[in-house]
Amino acid sequence: MLVYLLRRIAQSIFVALAMMVIVFFGIYMVGNPVDILISPDATPAEIEATMERFGFDQPIWMQFLTFLGNALQGDLGRSFVHGEPAVQLILHYMPATLELAALGLFFSVLIGVPLGVYAGYKSDRWQGRAIMTGSIFGFSLPNFWVGMLLILIFAVELRWLPSTGRGDTVEVLGVRLSIFAEGGLQYMILPALTLALYKASLVTRLARAGTQEALVQDYVKFARAKGVSETRILFVHVLKNIMIPIVTVLGLELGSMIAFAVVTETVFAWPGMGKLLIDSILTLDRPVIVAYLMMTVLIFITINLIVDVIYTLLDPRVRISGAAS
Amino acid sequence: MSAPATNPPVRADRLPLIAGLLAVAAVLALGLAPQWASLPARLLLLVLSVFFAARLLKGRMKQFFNGPAAWFAAASLLVLVIVALFAPELSPQNPYDLAQLDIMDGRLEPGGTNFDGSMTYHLGTDEQGRDILSGILYGLRVSLMVAIVATMAAMAIGVVVGIYAAWAGGRVETILMRLVDLQLSFPSILVALMLMAAFGRGLDKVIIALIVVQWAYYARTVRGTALSEARKEYIDAARGLGLSSRRILFRHLLPNCIPPLVVISTVQVANTIVLESSLSFLGVGVPITRPSLGLLIANGYDYMLSGQYWMSMYPGVALLAIVASINLVGDRLRDVLNPRLRR
Repeated sequence: MLVYLLRRIAQSIFVALAMMVIVFFGIYMVGNPVDILISPDATPAEIEATMERFGFDQPIWMQFLTFLGNALQGDLGRSFVHGEPAVQLILHYMPATLELAALGLFFSVLIGVPLGVYAGYKSDRWQGRAIMTGSIFGFSLPNFWVGMLLILIFAVELRWLPSTGRGDTVEVLGVRLSIFAEGGLQYMILPALTLALYKASLVTRLARAGTQEALVQDYVKFARAKGVSETRILFVHVLKNIMIPIVTVLGLELGSMIAFAVVTETVFAWPGMGKLLIDSILTLDRPVIVAYLMMTVLIFITINLIVDVIYTLLDPRVRISGAAS
Repeated sequence: MSAPATNPPVRADRLPLIAGLLAVAAVLALGLAPQWASLPARLLLLVLSVFFAARLLKGRMKQFFNGPAAWFAAASLLVLVIVALFAPELSPQNPYDLAQLDIMDGRLEPGGTNFDGSMTYHLGTDEQGRDILSGILYGLRVSLMVAIVATMAAMAIGVVVGIYAAWAGGRVETILMRLVDLQLSFPSILVALMLMAAFGRGLDKVIIALIVVQWAYYARTVRGTALSEARKEYIDAARGLGLSSRRILFRHLLPNCIPPLVVISTVQVANTIVLESSLSFLGVGVPITRPSLGLLIANGYDYMLSGQYWMSMYPGVALLAIVASINLVGDRLRDVLNPRLRR
């Protein structure tokens, strides 16, 4: 187990290093690093200082080590637009994205599980088939399109919810969050719903498959024989058994929620790190782009590592096949 | 992983059919490219692609059209492909031709007419006086073309890598598949976004980015299929006949790995359209001179909050229609053509 764990961590570090090399060559070989890391309207003194810090006069392997050293210390340059260190800037915007992703995950369970359980229960009837066809739409509708439609209906026509922006925030453990603020939650509902839709279809499909499997099990027959109501069987007995795989998959999908948040945040002008990325791309604020890239890669590598380790703990077969290859 | 599949290998006479279908998809993409094909050529392309689609479903028509949804999806897909192919002939205005635009006609409501009443804008106009209907027809063309080209190219690369990995085995296979795993562990929208941030916007760059995010998916599928096909008797038989390994690889193994891909790639075209439209919506996709549906939606989005919904809404409906019809057709195709997935 320890050997496997160590090897898996070593692999992750290798991947992170490989990504660093790709990013480094992306900056230094394809583009001009002076353009990318130094603001176009910097004074000659600033240019001089930055060039010295990143060591542009030194041989290429030396430059790579400097870049690596700076990156490991969390220094990926300064934003041209905001004037802050890029990493700090992203960390500042990150809580908004994370709370949106969390509420999105919550919504996707809230929508997907009942629909999926019902579709599994009525799998041969038109209700079941309608839900499954609907979930195809959930998969195929573009994220921004759904967001736009929600704004048009709930903000422009009905005027129930605010269309864009973040609203009030409260400070929780040193982080500013809207989810607990009185005037903040209403701003989160539409973007979180938009973000949730794709995952909700996924959850619907998982829940349906799980329910279909569970309904033929002995414990369901036994519960029916005892005279337990169908609703109780579905939403107590069956639900308990299908939640484990759903939670696992959703944990895996947290990373892609953060990625999809880029689109959702742009539609709703939600000030998270996804919107920051798009703004930075449009204003050519390259240090922020590089920093976002590096940090997302790190997040994904960490998530993958954690998931793999948990799988190994839960399922010894993975460990054995991993040791064999 | 699962029990050995029982579907028979592809008969030799199916090969030209599959090749033809792929060729039509490729040529269809060419036909959608601006000023590439003349009107008769495009007509011929349409007839050819319908013919091949019908051949593909030969004997399974009844199974395919099992309900109103399948009819509806197939019909709307056909209509959308036709309007995309013949956009220059069908649209009332050429939105790329600045001489035909009149800034005075900007932001007209649906049904509005121009100054002398010679032209009616059935779906309204955008802020530069471009007819939304014409914009949609041309945008559909761009969206479809980008998606088909990117999907075909990604599939070609994926097939080569996947087959090669399965055939080579050993260290080469491990390295290639690790690369595939790595690529697939990142969401495609993120990878595409990063590539576009590095490249800058452009039609060719979008296509490259969309190829990069997709190839690994095909490589993984093809490798899996190739591994399971390679264990089957007809490959043993071919070996027993003393055929060269190159011949077995290209004439026996490869054709049998393609059919599942035909189905996957249909749905994948829809996913690619969505991905491209998302990129374009974010302003890092197609150039403004050649707007796709996603860019049209983005252009109108600023006006939507003030109630001028038509600039975004109608391109959005077109996007929904094309994506949904491709997905529904793909769903039916999977049920009909892939006995392995049939329950």
